[in-house]
Amino acid sequence: MTDTIPASRPIRRRIRALSDRSIAWLFVAPTIFLLLAVNIFPLIWTIRLSFTDFRANRPNREVEWVGLENYRRILTDPDIWNTMQVTAHFLVWTIALQVLIGFTLAWLINRKFRGNDLWTTLIVLPMMLSPAVVGNFWTFFYQPQIGLFNYVVSFFSGVDPSSFTMIGSVTLAPWAIIIVDTWMWSPFVMLICLAGLRSIPDYIYEAAEIDRASKWRQFWTITVPMVLPFLMLAVLFRGIENFKMFDLVVQLTGGGPGSTTELASINLKREAFEKWRTGYSSAFAVILFVTVFGLASIYVKALNKVKDR
Amino acid sequence: MKRLLLTTAATLSVSAAFTLSAQAESLTLCWAAWDPANALVELSKDFEAASGHTMNFEFVPWPNFADRMLNELNSGGKLCDLMIGDSQWIGGAAESGHYVKLNDFFDANAITMDAFVPATVTGYSEWPKNTPNYWSLPAFGDVVGWTYRKDWFERPEIAAEFKEKYGRDLVAPATFAELRDIAEFFQGREIDGKTVYGASIYTERGSEGITMGAMDVLYSFGFKYENPEKPYEMEGFVNSPGAVAGLEFYKSLYDCCTLPGSSNAYMGEGIDAYKSGQVALQMNFAFTWPGFEVDPNVGGGKTGYLVNPAGPDGERFAQLGGQGISVVAYSEKQDAALEYIKWFAQPDVQAKWWSMGGFSCLRAVVEDPSFASSQPYAQTFLDSMAIVKDFWAEPAYATLLQDTQKRFHDYVVAGTGTAQEALDGLVADWTVTFEDEGKL
Repeated sequence: MTDTIPASRPIRRRIRALSDRSIAWLFVAPTIFLLLAVNIFPLIWTIRLSFTDFRANRPNREVEWVGLENYRRILTDPDIWNTMQVTAHFLVWTIALQVLIGFTLAWLINRKFRGNDLWTTLIVLPMMLSPAVVGNFWTFFYQPQIGLFNYVVSFFSGVDPSSFTMIGSVTLAPWAIIIVDTWMWSPFVMLICLAGLRSIPDYIYEAAEIDRASKWRQFWTITVPMVLPFLMLAVLFRGIENFKMFDLVVQLTGGGPGSTTELASINLKREAFEKWRTGYSSAFAVILFVTVFGLASIYVKALNKVKDR
Repeated sequence: MKRLLLTTAATLSVSAAFTLSAQAESLTLCWAAWDPANALVELSKDFEAASGHTMNFEFVPWPNFADRMLNELNSGGKLCDLMIGDSQWIGGAAESGHYVKLNDFFDANAITMDAFVPATVTGYSEWPKNTPNYWSLPAFGDVVGWTYRKDWFERPEIAAEFKEKYGRDLVAPATFAELRDIAEFFQGREIDGKTVYGASIYTERGSEGITMGAMDVLYSFGFKYENPEKPYEMEGFVNSPGAVAGLEFYKSLYDCCTLPGSSNAYMGEGIDAYKSGQVALQMNFAFTWPGFEVDPNVGGGKTGYLVNPAGPDGERFAQLGGQGISVVAYSEKQDAALEYIKWFAQPDVQAKWWSMGGFSCLRAVVEDPSFASSQPYAQTFLDSMAIVKDFWAEPAYATLLQDTQKRFHDYVVAGTGTAQEALDGLVADWTVTFEDEGKL
């Protein structure tokens, strides 16, 4: 006991002697270490693997350095370009629909009416569910014989419910996944837009009223420009999320029929953990990372410009 | 009485031998989560009683089975002491050192592979194929076959209508062409006020479904994996005119005669479709058959069992399923795991295994005169096991399988391209893989 007291004094003194900068580093260091361990190191490792023919299921096999061969194969593989097209189709349509529906819902919810809070809660429910669960129960909705979706379409159009299959048809399956993602994530866009709408001070509209600006003009010259940064943020979040979309679509269609809904992430998973072409899939992952990172950087610059306006 | 005494004596001697074993261990057996696994849990209680070891089980549903277990093996995991792994894993597991080679153990314990059905030894135990290098004991024989609604076939009004339309009796089909006629006949038909469909076939994309289903048909149309004279030469064998016709047939069956929404169907979906009375014919592995016999809707004589029909030239083959039981090389309880295999190989244990719904591969069981009449499907199982072929069991099987899944699903379900293009593409994919493997 008596030994420890004198020993602790110099430590305290030393801590007191630390500069603010050193203390700041002391606090940040664990986070930086964690980031390096779980993000940076795997990234560097993946880049290294992308130049080899390593297969994770064959640890005893000799690993060969193949240079840029994996990248060449990927960039000349029509199947990869097909998955990129499928991903782009999914991305463009989900974002367009979610922006449209999300903004409309936000605009409607922003108006004061009875039961406003209840409606808001009900609308945001889908985004609180697990994507795997959503995918699973929508497969039942889309079931041609017992599915609710087919019966609703049948009710309005008069076609036989079992005459079409949403997730088994080459034409309809890409729209089936877009519908579900839109149903699930439009509320997210709505929430962000709602924050934007509520941030617009009332006096701006009052001034516009005094200037006798029409509601239409107020919408285009006040509402839209002021909500735009929020909307762009929502597009960024949804864009990144949907570029790496996996769970929902795997549950719904498994990438089928054929490769009709095989998004880039599903293809990547197949290459990495079903075919076990680890080197090849690492190269594909690097390409996808560079694509997302590059596009997101350009987009963030555009977003900052809009905010500064 | 004599048999009873012998069995009792054998059980006692084995019990005594196990009781003397060094120490009681807690073993974990890994397998797929399905009905036979439940039967094995029950059966293994006898081993626990006899040996003093405790058995634990890790069962994973089929769609995730390969992912989960191959990850376990590849990472050198110690979770599983015993593994009932899929037949296609044998090459990779042997070459990567995941399984313990069992030759010495078999020799020391007088376990001979001649005692097992030859196709199961080749399919589940040998690597390289057709060499006496054994990595597992055949544990569960399985094969793709067909079930059909015998009660519907026997209805006079249906039988008469069929005869009028096709000029022959409505009986179990002998050829694939006849099978399609029957499926077409039932497609969209009203039976007992309900719309029914022709057939349930494998179309699953994610794991191995459509490959198992299409190959089951293609073999009888002349498909071969390689030139029998020159290994890995695939041109003209994988994409032979017969193979192309076989794939076209499979697509025509999918297009004309399956129930709506079956674009991603495998074993479970087939069972559901058949038990719920939606289809007249069903392609599925034999392991599903005991379940049909006890089902209130389709059991009790309502179901007929059918060996794969013949192709256009009379050739008849079937897709092998099933698994062997292996000792995992990373297990620290290998002696106890080997004890389990020794116990499992005994004829009386194998006989009990069959009686509980496990498809034994032991010849003493399946060649017993009473076997064929022991269950309504027993003879069909035996006949099917005599004509089996299996997918590649190469270390690169996973890549070969996924390439096949894509080519077949793209053509059969999505209708992309032609059968010739699909099989030409498959030759190209497989060639790249074998080149990467240094085998071409």
